[in-house]
Amino acid sequence: MDKLLHVSASPHIRDARTTTGLMGDVLIALLPAGIAGVYFFGLRALLLIAVGVASAVLAEFLCQKAARHTVTVGDLSAAVTGLLLAYNVPVNAEWWQVMIGSVFAIVIVKQLFGGLGFNVVNPALAARAVLQNSWAGSISIFKIDGVTAATPLSQLKSGQPVDASLLDMFLGKTAGCIGEVSAVLLILGGVYLLCRRVIKWQVPVAYIGTVAVFTGIYAAATGKSIDTFVLTHLLGGGLMLGAFFMATDYATCPMTGLGQLIFGVGCGILTSVIRLWGGYPEGASYSILLMNLATPLIDKATRPRIYGSEVKSNA
Amino acid sequence: MKALTFKGGVHPLHRQHEGKPLSKDAALREFSPAVVVIPMSQHIGAPCKPCVSVGDRVLLGQLIGEPGGFVSAPIHASVSGKVIAVEPRPHVNGTNVLSVVIENDGKDELDPSVQPKGTLDSLSPDEIKKIILEAGIVGMGGAAFPTHVKYAVKPDQKVDYLILNGAECEPYLTSDHRMMLEHSDRIALGAALLKKASGAPVCIIGIENNKPDAIEAMTKAVEKYEGISVAVLKTKYPQGGEKQLIKAVTGREVPRGGLPIAAGCIVSNVSTAAAVADAVYKGMPLVRRAVTVTGSVKQPSNFIAPCGTLYTDLFEACGGYEGEVAKIISGGPMMGLAVADPGIPTTKGTSGITVFSTKEYKPVVESNCIRCARCVDVCPVGLEPYILNAAALRSNVDVLREKDAMSCINCGCCTYVCPAKRDLAQSIALGKKILAKAAKK
Repeated sequence: MDKLLHVSASPHIRDARTTTGLMGDVLIALLPAGIAGVYFFGLRALLLIAVGVASAVLAEFLCQKAARHTVTVGDLSAAVTGLLLAYNVPVNAEWWQVMIGSVFAIVIVKQLFGGLGFNVVNPALAARAVLQNSWAGSISIFKIDGVTAATPLSQLKSGQPVDASLLDMFLGKTAGCIGEVSAVLLILGGVYLLCRRVIKWQVPVAYIGTVAVFTGIYAAATGKSIDTFVLTHLLGGGLMLGAFFMATDYATCPMTGLGQLIFGVGCGILTSVIRLWGGYPEGASYSILLMNLATPLIDKATRPRIYGSEVKSNA
Repeated sequence: MKALTFKGGVHPLHRQHEGKPLSKDAALREFSPAVVVIPMSQHIGAPCKPCVSVGDRVLLGQLIGEPGGFVSAPIHASVSGKVIAVEPRPHVNGTNVLSVVIENDGKDELDPSVQPKGTLDSLSPDEIKKIILEAGIVGMGGAAFPTHVKYAVKPDQKVDYLILNGAECEPYLTSDHRMMLEHSDRIALGAALLKKASGAPVCIIGIENNKPDAIEAMTKAVEKYEGISVAVLKTKYPQGGEKQLIKAVTGREVPRGGLPIAAGCIVSNVSTAAAVADAVYKGMPLVRRAVTVTGSVKQPSNFIAPCGTLYTDLFEACGGYEGEVAKIISGGPMMGLAVADPGIPTTKGTSGITVFSTKEYKPVVESNCIRCARCVDVCPVGLEPYILNAAALRSNVDVLREKDAMSCINCGCCTYVCPAKRDLAQSIALGKKILAKAAKK
């Protein structure tokens, strides 16, 4: 034997799944909703998406270079963050606002906490919160074709009649953030992630289900039309994007199925409470951020049972 | 009937039918090497002391190594011939181990001690256990724990189930499969003997449902014995792990840190049962066993090979390597031991040898844990491998203890599924060593 053999501890085979493959699947799943955003809001949406992704990737690259770490932008996680941030701003946002958001998400929320997997909250959502509070005017105004329009949820909140029909909301023909409007394509992407086993069902089902039940009870108690009220809440805001793509973020949601159910229910209650009684018409992003903070606690409370614990011995 | 199973686990290589088609149809063939190198340590426990010298002529089945303690097993000559060396030789564990080297004369001349010892009806449980001890029988599933120790049940312990492990959940390996097909009667007879020795009222033979022919053969073979049956198991790794098998078959769990007997169970491999039948009915000690040689060899095969056969001889008998060799594994790819030197001998615990070429084995690079929870989902023990990994890398004894690294069974499912390619199971094994060291202080 002239060549040396590899020697390492078992196991000697690995599943084909990689981090890059998982992130790639998320990008694929997000693609249809982005195309819908560009279709409904115009090419400016595409520009903001490009700025979001490019600045997130570049920020990660520079950050890792500066810290003399291995550059891992190839794992596509920064691209996912940049894309999600762009999906979470209205088309009338300035390109530099999106850039600031991406840089904040990557540098402050992700890299300063240790990089991929170590962030405490969802980077894209934290950045969106920063943008919303820094430029409350422009980021919270939604324009279609240069004309300011109210989102279905804000009309619902102020007691006005909702302009968009349920079908419009389902398809995405309504005011809102770039990537959140097309419920049907977001659900399609979510189903893709479920089929590919990138995400598990617990978070989206518990989250969406809780919002449906909560708003349904509210509608019944206040004498509103239950189905219209509930469906407007499910389809008219950022719930689908949040439930399938943001709340399921690996790093910031619990590990076990039970933990994820609790997390999803928590997100659903907070979202409903903020929407029904809070100061904002939309509450998906803040509720996910708040539940992100509860994740370590949920993990601690829902540890899997270890084989053979509390089992009596034969002798 | 619904296949029995446990919680967690993985299904490696399911698109390639667990890698088994390579060798599953290759009938067992006798292999007679020119030289055997018989290490004096082929089991868990104290090594044996050689009782033959250079120049001696030894006969097949003759005692050549006396046990070094209670947890030990005698070693016998696996061929007849001349002892040409008694010296340390490379061993699968990576060190040099004192070995008896015998030049095979090819005659297989039997030692006079190899005589039938009795029958199932004529022998008492204690007599069967004594025969098992003298025949040097160890667990043949891989761990090689001396069988007589396993069956030395204390008077206050009750054995409710004897479980024979025919799961063969390790990808690639097919030696137990071939044994169950070609030697089902011997296994059934061994099962009856072990059932009597253990005092268990029932014996259940667990077989994964990817081996329907073995299930059929064994079901037929056990018909004539009372209290012995076959249980169909789901094809999933580590279905043949002792604790997982007990859970799947009986619904019971072995208490944390305990042995199967604490759950009223004894688990033995099907090949071990066949060895017991030989020891009783022929008086033949454990000197030969089924060995699968598979992966990147020209002709993947199942051999009946004398213990002490060199890997290189087996590779030659398989027509040599296919492609460029990257890794040679004693055992299967999930729990097998990668070897540095192919010039080592098989032992009583060698159920197979898997050869990986540069096509099948590509080194991976670790990246950050993304907290995807796959390791938690697949852990058959219910551990949190990602936390243990971080704790082991930081030598954090408190976390290793709190998160119970000691309960890890080293099945490797966590490492297998990790998309970040982290060496989870490997680091937990390290964590166990850290804990053992801390406990000594």
